[in-house]
Amino acid sequence: MPTKIEKDTLSGRDTTGHEWDGVKELNTPLPTWWVYTFYATIVFAAVYCFLYPSWPWLNGHLEGSLGYSSRVELTQALEAQAKSRAVYVDRIRATPLAQIAKEPELLNFAMAGGRSAFQTNCMQCHGAGGAGSPGFPNLVDDDWIWGGSLDQIYTTIRYGIRNADDKSRQSMMPRFGVDGALTGAQVAAVTDYVLSLSGKAKATPEGAKIYQEQCVACHGAEGKGNQELGAPNLADGLWLYGGDRDSVYRSIFYARNGSMPAWNGRLDEATLKMLAIYVHALGGGR
Amino acid sequence: MFIRHEWIEKNAILMLVLTLITVSIGGLVQIIPLFTIETTIERVDGVRPYTPLELLGRNIYIREGCYVCHSQQIRPFKDEVERYGHYSLAAESMYDKPFQWGSKRTGPDLARVGGRYSNDWHVAHLASPRAVVPESIMPAYPFLADKPLDYGDIAQHLKTLRAVGTPYSDEMIANAKADLEAQVNPDLDPTALEKRYPRVVVGKFNGSTTAITEMDALVAYLQMLGTLVRFGDLPPERLRQ
Repeated sequence: MPTKIEKDTLSGRDTTGHEWDGVKELNTPLPTWWVYTFYATIVFAAVYCFLYPSWPWLNGHLEGSLGYSSRVELTQALEAQAKSRAVYVDRIRATPLAQIAKEPELLNFAMAGGRSAFQTNCMQCHGAGGAGSPGFPNLVDDDWIWGGSLDQIYTTIRYGIRNADDKSRQSMMPRFGVDGALTGAQVAAVTDYVLSLSGKAKATPEGAKIYQEQCVACHGAEGKGNQELGAPNLADGLWLYGGDRDSVYRSIFYARNGSMPAWNGRLDEATLKMLAIYVHALGGGR
Repeated sequence: MFIRHEWIEKNAILMLVLTLITVSIGGLVQIIPLFTIETTIERVDGVRPYTPLELLGRNIYIREGCYVCHSQQIRPFKDEVERYGHYSLAAESMYDKPFQWGSKRTGPDLARVGGRYSNDWHVAHLASPRAVVPESIMPAYPFLADKPLDYGDIAQHLKTLRAVGTPYSDEMIANAKADLEAQVNPDLDPTALEKRYPRVVVGKFNGSTTAITEMDALVAYLQMLGTLVRFGDLPPERLRQ
């Protein structure tokens, strides 16, 4: 190919020297700044590959001279955070629950920490403010199924209710209707009796008799419940699964055995304690 | 220049050979790392293939597009780990075909949702999210509780997954249907199921009905997410990739 570089008079640029049937090509090289930026990115890539994890290898990868790992970085960040909180967290871990509630400084920290843990882990069932929803207990009233003292709340959070944990709170309400212990009419009669405990219906002698035979053992003669067994108070007019006739009928016919996960293992000891203190302080703690 | 461009351009065969070499290098750079992909999976204990019920629950999860709003990947950042739990491992999604890491969190990450809430909560929440979480903007899925689970072809499903590398044994395939039914029936002896699928959660997921519904499958799937690896007794060096 003939190469004869000429100067183009119109643009003042050189030609490339190529010519096709009289058509000539202007030589317009890339801007210098662009070329050097491009070279710089190549150098950057090479340096990066040297410093940071980069190329895959036969049995692993090039780890880089800085030894960076996002997992290590995370571990360090969590350790630094734990260290900055240790001054309070260690004390909370070592102090009995009742004592924490008496020390304003610790109580303050526990309330903030408990609130934060509650918003992350508990509000899905118990509501952002702790008011619960049908089937998921209200934590701001003073009606406690498994007990509302600090220690009882702590145990409930730690081991949960009716789950696979060995120490979880266990009890089972029989399915009186489904399993045939009572007929539909009998369930209806005892429903009226249960509602009569809070003055919402008129009890029949039959309902009272069935209640005495079937329900007294857990819910008590006056329907006050038994927190040892997680048997709710039936006389206080507060209902976990609804207090209308139909809901109570269903509760007896199908039984209700709500479950709560064990948080032991998911949350650390200090967080469990802070949660117990926060929940206790929500309004109804004893 | 040692090799003149003009010279290459005028030799069609030479041009072809050199082009092939150049393209091959580009291709190999992309392909070779895939041969070593196994080395990026942490060697942790506990991860097992999905049980038949969980697998169908996972299909419903995909069918309903849960992945559009929920990710299943806890990144190794402090705020994520504090909220959701231990960061996700590659090993934990090695039997996911395709994986459900997702790319958007309109709802929370679900990588470790298993065991966080009760079955009753999941059923109530899926049927009507705002009944339990008033602030929620999640759509309701009440029909799942009424729709019987279609699991007639579950054994073939396992077989198909085995063809693409999921280690379902002959025993698992032969017992697929029985295993599925055993997982929703706490009255049956779960020993065989637990032996095939360690740490399986057995239960009446959709408590109120007797038939096996899509709700059972989806809740079974949700309740196992992120629960297979025990991080408490895992030495940190095992988490190296």
